[in-house]
Amino acid sequence: MSVRAQIEQPGRRGDTGERAPGEAPRPGPGSAVSIAGVWKAFGGVPVLRDLDLEVPHGSTVTVMGGSGSGKTVLLRLTAGLIKPDRGRIRTLGVDITPLREEALLPVRRRMGFIFQGAALFDSLTVYENVAYPLREHSTLTEVETADQVHRLLARVGLEGVDAKLPAELSGGMRKRVGIARALVLGPELILYDEPTAGLDPTNARLITELVESLRADGVSETAMVVTHDLEFARSVSDQIAVLIGGRIAQVGSVAAVLDSSQPEVRAFLGGEAR
Amino acid sequence: MTAGWELVAPRVRNALAYWGGLALLTWEVLRNTWLPRRYIPLVIAEFDGMGVRSLVVAGTAAIFTGMVFALQSSVYLSRFGADLYVGPLVGLSVLRELGPVLTAILVGGKVASGITAELGSMKVTEQIDALRAIGVNYIKRLIVPRVMAALFVFPLLTALADFIALVGGMLIAVYERRIDVYLYWNTIFYWVVIRDLVTGVGKSFFFGVIVTLIGAHNGLAMTGGTEGLGRATTATVVQVSVAVIIADFFLTKLFLLL
Repeated sequence: MSVRAQIEQPGRRGDTGERAPGEAPRPGPGSAVSIAGVWKAFGGVPVLRDLDLEVPHGSTVTVMGGSGSGKTVLLRLTAGLIKPDRGRIRTLGVDITPLREEALLPVRRRMGFIFQGAALFDSLTVYENVAYPLREHSTLTEVETADQVHRLLARVGLEGVDAKLPAELSGGMRKRVGIARALVLGPELILYDEPTAGLDPTNARLITELVESLRADGVSETAMVVTHDLEFARSVSDQIAVLIGGRIAQVGSVAAVLDSSQPEVRAFLGGEAR
Repeated sequence: MTAGWELVAPRVRNALAYWGGLALLTWEVLRNTWLPRRYIPLVIAEFDGMGVRSLVVAGTAAIFTGMVFALQSSVYLSRFGADLYVGPLVGLSVLRELGPVLTAILVGGKVASGITAELGSMKVTEQIDALRAIGVNYIKRLIVPRVMAALFVFPLLTALADFIALVGGMLIAVYERRIDVYLYWNTIFYWVVIRDLVTGVGKSFFFGVIVTLIGAHNGLAMTGGTEGLGRATTATVVQVSVAVIIADFFLTKLFLLL
């Protein structure tokens, strides 16, 4: 039995499909992620302003933007880790906006989140980190868990590091363990937060190749990536969305965005935006 | 008037936010009390972390408290020829007040600051968000096992501290004040009733919950990176001490009514 078949299916409490008078339009059900009219502010300072974005099933959409433009906020909103001030977010067919933490957990089990700093559990070994989601949510035996963990660690090019603690790993290795942990439950959607940030060119290239190969092999068919790394975005994306001033300034194919005629997009891609 | 309010308003707002946050966390813990079987080892591990590793602190404080109390009381009681009441005085004071309160403040400060530091550093390094992203209920995984362990550990430590304090009192009564050892224990058993023990141990259940909730709340609510973590840990120790003393007053009133 596959791991996915053995984990709890998502609850849909609060996802009635009804719309109250005056309520913001709800995102469409056809996409893996639908974000409609989302606003988010911190300390009264708006970060996202009436943002709309769709991530179709089977595609990788990369959100690009400068530092502090709200890319990570957008990713965290998509996973339900924070709530929007206004607007609607539908992730994997579930309107997550009104859901409480407990109701969000089954939805999150269907996605993998790769944190910018990897966010590995520092008191657990590499093996235990990758095995953790399986031990929490699957009924696999320890032998099956070990098999799954070793297969994934090999997939991300990290064999023989089972017993190491996260503190003993390099930044690139930590990110790869984070990817293995995010993939272990066979997620339907992967959210990557700056996967190449803070890495040297060699490790950045390794991560890029890994993400590309995961895509090519169908391991991560649907993904939402936030990055400011243009090379990475060019390599892994089906579509690029450029986030400027709290809104998506342009979304389209890689070629369309790179050849954009919009002055603000051109300024951002040319490194001239201030 | 307006200037005064502007000065006070942020403090009132912060205090309301703090108490509101603590109340919400308490509610979340109550809603998540049922633990899956795989989390039971976490509760047992906390017995070790909170209980076994606090034995030296609790025991040392208890024996010296008993000794000091016996020393002080015997000096003054002897002036009235009432040396034989040293045992009951130590017994009543320790069992009803000193045992539970000192244990809660000393062990509680240690336990709660540890919880704040651990949860705070998990928050800073996004490990709590990682748990949430994996689909794990972090209240059940990180906080409920600690509260459950505290419900057992604090009463047990208090009962042990009570006994050690009585032994400390006995050492002074017997070796310093030349009071007969049988007289010491007999007067304790005559004057101290089971209700006195139940009152003290009963309070420690509440102290255990208060201590863990304050520690957990301060860890989860901390802001400001590693510097903020240091501030949160220090604040936890102070808040635990004050909260235990305030709670002690109300619990004493409650147990006197029962």
